[in-house]
Amino acid sequence: MTALAVALIATGCSSERDKEGDSGGAKDTFVFGGPGDPGSLDPALASDGETFRVTRQAFEALLKHEPGGSELAPALAEKWSGNDAGTVWTFNLRKDVTFHDGEKFNAAAVCANYDHWFNWKGTYQSSAVSYYWQTVMGGFAANEDPETPKANYKSCTAKDDSTAVIEVNEPSANLPGGFSLQALAIHSPKALKEYAKQDATAKGDAITYPKYSQVAGTVAGTGPYKVSEWNKGNKEVSLERFDDYWGEKAKIKNLVFRTIDTEDGRRQALQAGDIDGYDLVAPADVKTLESDGFQVPTRDVFNIFYVGMSQEKNAALKKPEVRQAIAHAIDRENLVKTQLPEGGVAATQFMPDTVAGYSDKVKTYPFDTAKAKQLLAGADESALKVEFCYPTEVTRPYMPAPQDMFELMKADLEKAGITVTPKPMKWAPDYLDATEAGGCELHMLGWTGDFNDGYNFIGTWFAEYDKQWGFKDKGVFDAMKAASIETDPAKRTELYKTANETIMAYLPGVPISSSPPAIAFADDVNPPKVSPLTQENFAETSFK
Amino acid sequence: MLRLVARRLLQLIPTLLGLSVLLFLWLNRLPGGPASAILGERATEAEVARINRALGLDEPVWVQYGRFIKRIFQLDLGTSTQTGQPVWEEFTLRFPATVELSVAAIAIAIVVGVPLGYFAARRRGSWLDVTAVSGSLLGICIPVFFLALLLKGLFAVNLGIFPSFGRLSTGIDATKVTGFAVLDGLLTGEFDASWDAVMHLVLPAVALASIPLAVIVRMTRASVLEVLGEDYVRTAESKGLDKRVVRARHVLRNALLPVITAVGLLTGSLLSGAVLTESVFSFGGIGQFIRTSIDARDYPVLVGFILFIALVYVLINLLVDVAYSLIDPRVRVH
Repeated sequence: MTALAVALIATGCSSERDKEGDSGGAKDTFVFGGPGDPGSLDPALASDGETFRVTRQAFEALLKHEPGGSELAPALAEKWSGNDAGTVWTFNLRKDVTFHDGEKFNAAAVCANYDHWFNWKGTYQSSAVSYYWQTVMGGFAANEDPETPKANYKSCTAKDDSTAVIEVNEPSANLPGGFSLQALAIHSPKALKEYAKQDATAKGDAITYPKYSQVAGTVAGTGPYKVSEWNKGNKEVSLERFDDYWGEKAKIKNLVFRTIDTEDGRRQALQAGDIDGYDLVAPADVKTLESDGFQVPTRDVFNIFYVGMSQEKNAALKKPEVRQAIAHAIDRENLVKTQLPEGGVAATQFMPDTVAGYSDKVKTYPFDTAKAKQLLAGADESALKVEFCYPTEVTRPYMPAPQDMFELMKADLEKAGITVTPKPMKWAPDYLDATEAGGCELHMLGWTGDFNDGYNFIGTWFAEYDKQWGFKDKGVFDAMKAASIETDPAKRTELYKTANETIMAYLPGVPISSSPPAIAFADDVNPPKVSPLTQENFAETSFK
Repeated sequence: MLRLVARRLLQLIPTLLGLSVLLFLWLNRLPGGPASAILGERATEAEVARINRALGLDEPVWVQYGRFIKRIFQLDLGTSTQTGQPVWEEFTLRFPATVELSVAAIAIAIVVGVPLGYFAARRRGSWLDVTAVSGSLLGICIPVFFLALLLKGLFAVNLGIFPSFGRLSTGIDATKVTGFAVLDGLLTGEFDASWDAVMHLVLPAVALASIPLAVIVRMTRASVLEVLGEDYVRTAESKGLDKRVVRARHVLRNALLPVITAVGLLTGSLLSGAVLTESVFSFGGIGQFIRTSIDARDYPVLVGFILFIALVYVLINLLVDVAYSLIDPRVRVH
């Protein structure tokens, strides 16, 4: 036993064997701490940010967002255009792009991917598996569930090696933004053939993901990194530089994502030097980290935090004066100042000003307790009582400290004479279930955009009747519909502005704020451009 | 002996069946389901209903239970709704981490606790005794997660002696044989990987050992004090038997009997009770996964893992009983 211990101690000194790679001691591995494990190595099967953070480094879609911004930019397609009807999308593709498995990228590869998704059967048609395909393209060649949305995808044609034409049946507000989604990133046709041999299965009470999506080796994209290992036991995904990448090569050879599921754990790992960066920094930690010499860039805002109201749950909320009183009662500026990191802004509508369609002309409801009281009195609701749900044990990019934010708003509402009954609930699934089913009179929730189109924000809630809000207003629904079917981007933006003005005049809830999520890096790191859509490209990262 | 083992194994069947019924009833009472946990803010009523239908969660609980029992007989525990992988694979992936942590914790508790308790009893009233008694009181009082945070803050973040999270350092290229990181390094000759795994084990194991250590110190001390007052010890000493023989054969052997029972129970509870320690150190064991599974309403994982833990718990106690009978001939006779 003693000999064993001595052997271990003696060899312990050489434990840097694999840590520093083989480049003579120079640091060539960047380790990033995320809050959760990815669910799959195939982004088409995912709908969560932690999966996309990993796959984004290895897979590219036809389009992307400009580095550090939210405007669409070329990715695998150098140029793109849509016809006037918004039903035919033509992509001029990059040449000399190679997949990680050596296959050539071309228009046929693009069509192989879209046709692969369109022809999904069985379990793949569950929205737990193909959420984004269904959001962007509707259903499948043969829908197996009557509730699955109608297919909007029509066809993909390879006109020549570098021109792909994708046709849809109806114009959609999700296009062309949807072409930038990781879930629609392009895979090697050779890999797709392997994928097709391994079905996802629904057995009993869960979906089993296919093996290829759980082990490195089969998946093959075109990104600057390729997945080399997924060590689930150590909660670690390793990627290595793809030397045949068509664009600027990754500056660091190895990229590793490790899961540390608590905020404190990630901060301490960075402070201990065990990782080089992490995401979802608690606002309270920003100053501490900065004063310790760490870099904490904040992203531009691309989310919205709001107070939702269920008019069906509390009839008083059907009265416009009551909703307006609640809006006037909440001191948004104070909440932003005290609860959000620097760069946070008070909201005037249900989208941040970084999204096309933001209007400067919406009706506003400035903080005014006296006016709130007056409105309540006018509506004969001076003794208004509301239940206010808030989530526990969670932080979201738009809601860094739910309980503190709730307490501030509760105090504001009580100053206006409203009796608030707090209803704390565990985030998932209790809180999400309750809010989605309209089970909360007031609740707080938010949204982080997938791409820069107004529909991705306001269309999510106000395109049709939704139990969360419990109202039917033709003016709001019609304004949303008009915007969603407009194919001209400039006109659509104007229609979103009108929709925002209609929504804020009706006031189904109270938009509160937009928060810039912070991300932290060690002092020896040149960080990538931080993205408002949290789409950082780690190939840009280097060590000083 | 064989009869004892067979009887205990047969007792497992009603125990596990009863537990599975309780689990299903409990899960059925929990609000919500996996669908909204999967979809997050993107959950709508229609999407939730579609997923529930696809997963068979819209059926009555007894139908789901019947399906579960049928699968059990086919040696199939189902699939995790969080990871989409078979529950058995998720269990075998994580169980070694928890076992390694629990064994390390209980080893620390025994190696330190038994001698400390013994010498505290032998030198009753001395500074050693006072320190052992008050130290063990502190060990029981201090919440494990708080101790874990303290140890991590001091030894990982401030002093940088030990790693702050995980089971192995980033990029350690360890060959997996059994899943036990320390053992695998020894088996494959990758001693640096073993050493790295040991370094990752130290802080969580010390934190987790605090309660069992305190219990073992107190039990050993009380038990040794009791045995020291027994007639046969006095007789052995008065007839001039070598003191070392008296201590080893008469005092320690008899005093350790209740301690062995406690060790069995403590090891079982460590396997299921390492949730907080695993979370603080992001250790990746079953405790941490059970916690996230409750949030995600991952029913197959909850049922499968809890039944497995119950099974392991019973088996450990069976081993304790066997060990007990080997040490104490009276048990064999009865």
